[in-house]
Amino acid sequence: MTGKDVAAMSFEEAMAELEAVVSQLERGEVPLEDSIRLYERGAALRAHCEAKLKAAEERVAQITLGPGGQPTGTTPAEGL
Amino acid sequence: MPELIDDAPDPAAPGGNAPEFTVSELSGAIRRVIEGGFGFVRVRGEIGRVSLPRSGHVYLDLKDDRAVIAGVIWKGVAERLATRPEEGMEVVATGRLTTFPLQSKYQIVIDDIRPAGQGALMAMLERRKAQLAAEGLFAEARKKPIPFLPEVIGVVTSPTGAVIRDILHRLRDRFPRTVLIWPVAVQGERCAPEVAAAIRGFNALPEGGPIPRPDVLIVARGGGSVEDLWGFNEEVVVRAAADSAIPLISAVGHETDTTLIDFAADRRAPTPTAAAEMAVPVRAELVAWTAEQEARLARAAARATADRRQRLRDLARALPRPEALLDSPRQRLDRWGERLPAALRARVDRARLRLAGAPVRPELLRRRLGDGRRQLGERAALLASALRRSVGERRRQFDALAPRLSPEPLKRADRQRARTLADLWSRLGRAAEGRARERAGRLAAAARLLASLGYEATLERGFAVVRAAGTVVTSRAEAAPAPALEIQFRDGRLDVVPAGAAPAARPGGGRGRGAPGGGQGSLF
Repeated sequence: MTGKDVAAMSFEEAMAELEAVVSQLERGEVPLEDSIRLYERGAALRAHCEAKLKAAEERVAQITLGPGGQPTGTTPAEGL
Repeated sequence: MPELIDDAPDPAAPGGNAPEFTVSELSGAIRRVIEGGFGFVRVRGEIGRVSLPRSGHVYLDLKDDRAVIAGVIWKGVAERLATRPEEGMEVVATGRLTTFPLQSKYQIVIDDIRPAGQGALMAMLERRKAQLAAEGLFAEARKKPIPFLPEVIGVVTSPTGAVIRDILHRLRDRFPRTVLIWPVAVQGERCAPEVAAAIRGFNALPEGGPIPRPDVLIVARGGGSVEDLWGFNEEVVVRAAADSAIPLISAVGHETDTTLIDFAADRRAPTPTAAAEMAVPVRAELVAWTAEQEARLARAAARATADRRQRLRDLARALPRPEALLDSPRQRLDRWGERLPAALRARVDRARLRLAGAPVRPELLRRRLGDGRRQLGERAALLASALRRSVGERRRQFDALAPRLSPEPLKRADRQRARTLADLWSRLGRAAEGRARERAGRLAAAARLLASLGYEATLERGFAVVRAAGTVVTSRAEAAPAPALEIQFRDGRLDVVPAGAAPAARPGGGRGRGAPGGGQGSLF
């Protein structure tokens, strides 16, 4: 359970592990010491998910192309 | 046909007043006529043989059921053609006619060529689809899953128009993200190469570069005619989509339109809006889900401690007092402790009583011990002398017998037996010899007797043996009815027929072993 660094997780990974942590705790089969660790892990995962959800900002940009069709950068797309 | 002959030019004046051309002049004149008259033509027909030499020019035949026109597409034109000419394709070619004076030929120089009608277009599409499918470009195994929550979404489409607006609108509703638009032409000649370049361009973006690399791509275009959407059927686009390492959603045309990019894409969305829905989850749902998980987590953790506290309390209540544990053993100890002195006393009393009832007298014991020791002394003294006597006696007996033991009697008996054996042996030889001689003599006598008694000897003296059917016949009565008789003489046997047998019964003769039957009969 205490495997991957939470900060490096994708939303989906964090979501899946959070679900597993919650149901494991709910079954009440883990020893007390482990359940405390599990709770902390779950809290971190939850915070990570929440942060990912909060970072829901729209940024729309258009690729600018050079003469050979190569991308040279981006320019904000207005009015879309 | 006299009229025709009248119309013919006069053979005496060849050429008459018709102008005379050189071949080049005539050829040039024809060229001017043809190029002038057919400077811009549209011709519909089927593509015949196509040849694609290294030069890049394309040579092909246009034909229908009665005629063929040779055609050429110069390299520059061929490169930007929307439709690659293939044999058997029904096309409309646009171009101009020109001649090829060196070979007395004319041809059409094609500027544009496109499939003629829906049927031809669809047939070509099916062929291309089958070919790309055979390469495995559409295989399920190649399909990649769309990420659950992409950070960056790359959209390949026209930067203006409803499609990009629809996509952005739906993304905004569900989960606002960073969107990168790669502008492309979505119809016309530039469409296919630009879309292919955009897909490959997004894939070429490095991770962590100045332009963020998308986690998912959407290739989108609104509805249109088959011709409008044609760019998305082109091989370059299909291959770029199949090669894309970034998961790709295609959304080209309306739900009913299917283009080849749809088969190569990882997901096919019926509309651009649907593509946006496939690309991101609904944020509000996830927020609610996360809140729910938080609550469950807290509840579960709280219950984990509460449950244990309760269980501890229950167990503590059930735990007995330490005094209570000792009560019962202590009671037993007391009971047995009380009984111990009384029991010990009773045991000692019982022993004392037995001791008093059976008195022991040491005087008696000492006397019996003295008697025993005396008897033992006497018998030990006797033992040694008795043994010596017995050994002396046995030795005397042995000494008396030993001298009488000698091998001479044994040897004597041996010699006697050898003599007897030799004697018996020679007697056996003699007896056997005598018996053999006697037997030989008796055998010779018996042989002589046999010769004299056997009938063969009498044959020597003129007698004969008569047989009928292998049996000896000794009387006339036996011989008379026999159909044939056999007579054995000294030197062999002869078959005869008795005269008494009816000669008519004989079937012509020749069956007997001897002379003819008639001659035999007279012998009797």
